[in-house]
Amino acid sequence: MHRVLGDRRAITILLGPALLVYSLIMLVPMVWSLGYSFTEGNSIEGFTGNGLDNFSRLLDDPAVHDALWFTLKYAVVVTAGQVVAGYLLALLYVFFLKKASAPVRTLAFFPVVLPTVAVGLLFQKLFQVAPQPGPVNSLLNAFGFESVDFFGSAGSAFWVLIIMDIWRSMGFYAVLLFAGLVDIPDEVLESARLDGASGPRLIRHIVLPLSMPVLMSSLIFSINGTLKVFDSVVALTNGGPGNGTTPLTLYMFQSSFTYSEYGYGSTIALLLTVVCLLVSLAVYRVSRRDNTES
Amino acid sequence: MPHRMLRARRLTLVSAGAMSMALLATACGGGGGGTSAAPKDFTYLGVTENTTTRTALATLSEGSCKAENDALPLKTETVPQAQLDQKLQLLAGQDALPAQFAAGNAPALTKQLAKSGKVADIELELKRYGALDQLEPAAVSTIKALYGGKLMALPYEYNIEGFFYNKKLFEENGIAVPGTWDELLAAADELDAKGVQPFSASGAQGWPLTRLISGYLYRSLGPDALEKVADGSAELTDPEYVKAAEEVAALGKKGYFGKGVGSIDYDTAMNQFLTGRSGMFYMGSWALANIADPEQNKVGAENVGFMPFPAVKGGAGSIDQYPSNIGLAVTFGSKTFNDKTGDWLGCISKNYGSTALKDHGAISGFKVNTPVEDANEVTTTVRKTISSSQQNVLWFEALFSTKATTVSNTTAAGLVNGSVSPQQFMETVQAALGGR
Repeated sequence: MHRVLGDRRAITILLGPALLVYSLIMLVPMVWSLGYSFTEGNSIEGFTGNGLDNFSRLLDDPAVHDALWFTLKYAVVVTAGQVVAGYLLALLYVFFLKKASAPVRTLAFFPVVLPTVAVGLLFQKLFQVAPQPGPVNSLLNAFGFESVDFFGSAGSAFWVLIIMDIWRSMGFYAVLLFAGLVDIPDEVLESARLDGASGPRLIRHIVLPLSMPVLMSSLIFSINGTLKVFDSVVALTNGGPGNGTTPLTLYMFQSSFTYSEYGYGSTIALLLTVVCLLVSLAVYRVSRRDNTES
Repeated sequence: MPHRMLRARRLTLVSAGAMSMALLATACGGGGGGTSAAPKDFTYLGVTENTTTRTALATLSEGSCKAENDALPLKTETVPQAQLDQKLQLLAGQDALPAQFAAGNAPALTKQLAKSGKVADIELELKRYGALDQLEPAAVSTIKALYGGKLMALPYEYNIEGFFYNKKLFEENGIAVPGTWDELLAAADELDAKGVQPFSASGAQGWPLTRLISGYLYRSLGPDALEKVADGSAELTDPEYVKAAEEVAALGKKGYFGKGVGSIDYDTAMNQFLTGRSGMFYMGSWALANIADPEQNKVGAENVGFMPFPAVKGGAGSIDQYPSNIGLAVTFGSKTFNDKTGDWLGCISKNYGSTALKDHGAISGFKVNTPVEDANEVTTTVRKTISSSQQNVLWFEALFSTKATTVSNTTAAGLVNGSVSPQQFMETVQAALGGR
């Protein structure tokens, strides 16, 4: 085995096809898209170079600023929500429900399996005000409050989106973190208990540090997924009202395929890539430091 | 390892590599051809939402245009309207546009296609196949107004727009048909006071609301109000333009569109009017098909009236200038155009008008060569209005770019629910217009 893997030709042959396929379907389009950032036009009119125009437009475009701000705000809030809710659920499974956690785990995981469009429609109906008030508004009315048009303003639509996405994905993070928590040796917990740690103190000083690696993985997972949010926004609000809930991904899609400005769309894609890269690097650095400390 | 064995193995590997490359290349190649000369069938690419055009074409292929269909069989393909623009761009990029296709959601795309020579010169071809006189002059002038003076599309639909109103509710509350904007406001006040929602409109679509802005602009500033915006001699942020947005926003502020107008979709708005829950409904004449359908129309076709957008006091526009459109434009590809598609074009022009009206109650911009009895009184009113109208105007987004159209439609609900001020609304749309 060592002889085969030590042979450069063998490595080339083994890795070559995979690398080729990867290059063809990932790297080439990425470089291609980068090239488009310096052009304007579309597939009907053809493409012409326009230097750095797209980049200067990107800096001045208020819609990009709004979309970038929305993306960051959404990513931070949903990541925090998903991981915290997931962690709390995982703690519930491990320390409270113990062996009986299977049915609850299944129930909490159920929304992960549902198609995003179905969840989007479900939440539209839940929070709708017209033609008939949805359950949430009916509840408000029952307590004597006025109906709220949740999708009528960007602020309330944002929170509906947040609630929906946390509900949709907390089951997934719960399972992920559950796997990390069950890995904590029983002896460690036992001795901590004998030393008098219990409840919040046990979690704060023993469980949290020991589950830090899996918590960090969840954070990286979550922040990268939420920065690239697309489907749930399209399904719930389609970026509206106005562009109030439009993330960078949706604006990129609209620019390229609705307004047929492929060059500008590619420039927005580049911005998104840079943002993802920076955030991932930052999270990696933080997680490395934490690991060495613990 | 002996030298010969090594060479043989290398050869095997190289040939295996080459084969896998070839496999990859064929897999990537796909089956779609790029060339589209001499079409084997008369393909019509339409949108899923519009059933009238494709069923009427199918009727023609079995009846009046059977000979043309035998020579070049009709084939229908559909795509959801929201994906039409993308599909067209893709097909145009590959030079694979079908013989006949719905030409994009905004005239801007059709103009772009025509500029790069992908659209047949329909006026020339109609002349050649002796069918130019089969198009209603009003429809021709609307198409030319939309497409920079060129006949780039066929009027499979011809719509005028105005307010449909519930005659019964008007009579019960002693409301006369409003002729001016102020009278319209008074009528709305009256209905609102009686607990009837004055207007139904779809804020989810957005355009039913922006149509009110353009209606007001055409009446207050005259029929060239939006041409001036398109050619840059006026801006939407000019005070006289913002005034129109203010008037529409005021209707929203008074709650005349009901609750949660931003979540009301097209069908719900239609349903509110046809079940008597709202008094007025601004819509195009395509709604006649819904009005004629007793399943949908619970107030009865005889209780629905049609009135033009009211006049604005001291305005430069006139009440008989109707906003008009040809629905989703349908055009012919240039690469696939030959004698057989030309014969189809001629046959469609001569027969489509009667077929669409008779079988679907749909008014098209083709002449109706076989007399057809109207389904109801309001259809007669609309048809008379169309044939007698002297000057037509367009709609708010007609001369906008695709981007400005989208921005206008998605921001309109905010204007009437108060989350966007009239000034902000006009600024946002003007900025999108200025962009490209």
